[in-house]
Amino acid sequence: MNQFKITSAAAAVAMMANTAFAEVEVTWWHAMGGALGETVNTIAKDFNASQDDYKITPVFKGTYEETLTAGIAAFRAGEQPNIMQVFDAGAATVIGAKSATIPVQDLLIDNGVAFDINDYISGVRYFYADADGKMIGMPFNSSSPIMYFNVQAMEKAGVTAPKTWEEFQTVTAPALKAAGYTALAQSHLPWIFTENFMSRHNLPFATNNNGYDGTEGTKILVNNDAIKAHFTAVTEWQKDGFFEWFGTGWSDNQTPFEEGNVAIWLGSSGSFGGLSKKDLSFDFSATYLPYWEAVTTEPKQTFIGGASLFAMAGHDADENKATAAFFEFLTKAETQYFWHQETGYVPITKAAYDMAKADGYYDRAPAAEVGIQQLSLPAGENTKGYRMGFYVQIRDVMNREYGRILTGETTVEGSFAAIETEANALLAKFSKTQK
Amino acid sequence: MKRAGFTTRWLPILLLVPQLLIIAVFFYWPAAQAVQSSLYLQDPFGFGSTYVGMDNYTDLASSSEYLKVGKFTLVFTILVTFFSLSLALLLAVKADGVIRGAKTYRTLLMWVYAVAPPVAGFIGVLMFNQSWGPLTELARSIGWDFKLGVNFNDTATAMVLVSVWKQVPVNFIFFLSGLQAIPKSVREAGLIDNGSATRRFWDITFPLLAPTGFFLLIINITYSLFDTFGIIDTMVKGEPGNNPMTLVYKVYVDGFRGNDLGGSSAQSVVLMVLVLALTVFQFRLVERRIHYT
Repeated sequence: MNQFKITSAAAAVAMMANTAFAEVEVTWWHAMGGALGETVNTIAKDFNASQDDYKITPVFKGTYEETLTAGIAAFRAGEQPNIMQVFDAGAATVIGAKSATIPVQDLLIDNGVAFDINDYISGVRYFYADADGKMIGMPFNSSSPIMYFNVQAMEKAGVTAPKTWEEFQTVTAPALKAAGYTALAQSHLPWIFTENFMSRHNLPFATNNNGYDGTEGTKILVNNDAIKAHFTAVTEWQKDGFFEWFGTGWSDNQTPFEEGNVAIWLGSSGSFGGLSKKDLSFDFSATYLPYWEAVTTEPKQTFIGGASLFAMAGHDADENKATAAFFEFLTKAETQYFWHQETGYVPITKAAYDMAKADGYYDRAPAAEVGIQQLSLPAGENTKGYRMGFYVQIRDVMNREYGRILTGETTVEGSFAAIETEANALLAKFSKTQK
Repeated sequence: MKRAGFTTRWLPILLLVPQLLIIAVFFYWPAAQAVQSSLYLQDPFGFGSTYVGMDNYTDLASSSEYLKVGKFTLVFTILVTFFSLSLALLLAVKADGVIRGAKTYRTLLMWVYAVAPPVAGFIGVLMFNQSWGPLTELARSIGWDFKLGVNFNDTATAMVLVSVWKQVPVNFIFFLSGLQAIPKSVREAGLIDNGSATRRFWDITFPLLAPTGFFLLIINITYSLFDTFGIIDTMVKGEPGNNPMTLVYKVYVDGFRGNDLGGSSAQSVVLMVLVLALTVFQFRLVERRIHYT
């Protein structure tokens, strides 16, 4: 009896305490596993500790694709999280569904948070923006494909990191092969050898201003001579033993580099954190993605990859305010610098970049700066980004066809024709869903 | 003979209602929804949808890729069913003859049954790891440059192998109990008539096992078509790429990964029709000719 009284009294006190500190709780669904997930948790914990009004709970939902699917299913059931992380390939889907999200620019301004799109570094500014340049998604883990190399392997072969693909195939690769290495591997053919191939060479990727001007009639421009020549060269490198493809999986291609068998690996600037924490038997460094001098003599910046955070619609004003407060915390220079150092993803604001420079971070780890430098290279009319619906499926088509090219099942010519046909069918289909 | 029956009309109906309700809610309703959404193209978030009639179906029929996946599914199903059944039968016949330590032997053979498909797939990924997988090394030692996730045929081989490995124990249990149900008198009579063990197997044991065999045939076909999903998903590591996949996995890839609800609904309706055909085949042809004792 006594026991019961005490417990109920305690419960009453606890309830009062709850009303006294009515924290607004928001949830954040993300796709950051492993070490990245721990860093996400640290950021959330720091935010919760920094004030008493709001509490954010990060929830890991699996891969990028799984997180997007889970978020969409939850939205349809009316149980969407406040914040959802959506990757580059899913941007068209979520930005197309206008009433599903609150544009981050509106969210911040409505809740009294200062916002100036020019605070963000140029490479990340417009990728998740609409055609008018209004920021819809908050760039979060932003990366770009860069070229990592094994320093000792380069020294042994007596070469330096190639600036152009011409240099790679005539100088670097033969020397590396003679030194006993497979010269090149890469981890994501659609991202590195297609999307960023277009932006690096300032080639249009789709009609309708790379798809930004609407879904109606948008056609992919992937079936062009420059990229076909590139893939023809890749198959020749493969024959010559300069290049090896280990499958569509990301880590299957990264592992041979880590094991010291492959000298140059094209990966994400966001891989830097993971690589530095590993006990590699060699020193690694990084530099810009090479370009074809035959295509352009003025290589441009690359697209950001990675993902951004979307504020989901359908929550009350208090929760939206909490989301805005979290975004404000997230974009603070200190938070961005911490995230940048821990993970290797680029800082998204100029202030954070300046802070890293002032702190001497890039003197200690020069390779960590490559991603942001590459994103800050001169822009061209085709480097803002791309916006294509059902892009996850289009990437799957590319992966399938590229796999067939590299296993000799099909020709470069036939492959790109197939990608063009299937991608355009998907784009037309997506356009129909948007009515 | 007097047939037992209900005295009122309503009691049997009342007793059937819960079951019918469950079937209606969990089968007919979703099935009807799938048919309906296969006629539309839908925005993933559910804001807009356009009626497109049979477009989703004609898209499938004209897609050479879908036909390729269909063909692979057929070959995959035949291989997995054939090898799972024949290996299990061989093991069961041999286990049936073992007298000493029979129980231990049988338990060991059944063990794998407890392994979940994704775990089986994961074990496959480890065994066929590109740089240090024991089975990869074995293949290399006989001059086969095995590459899981790169070469289409190699990946398909690994998928078939793991699927068979996972299914053999189930078949083994059924075959063994089927063998043990064969009357001793029949076997002994056979022993007197014919000295050849092989002839005895094909003339006596095999026909008497037929009911078990046909039941397992249906079970194994559905297993290869549907239950291998977990194995395929883990073995392609979430990236379809140029890897082989079955029709069910394609539904998942297009619908849940690619967010194309109309297209993947059409695919699942196609699968529904396939299962319907299989059921009709089972009832009409098989059940009529096989006599269960």
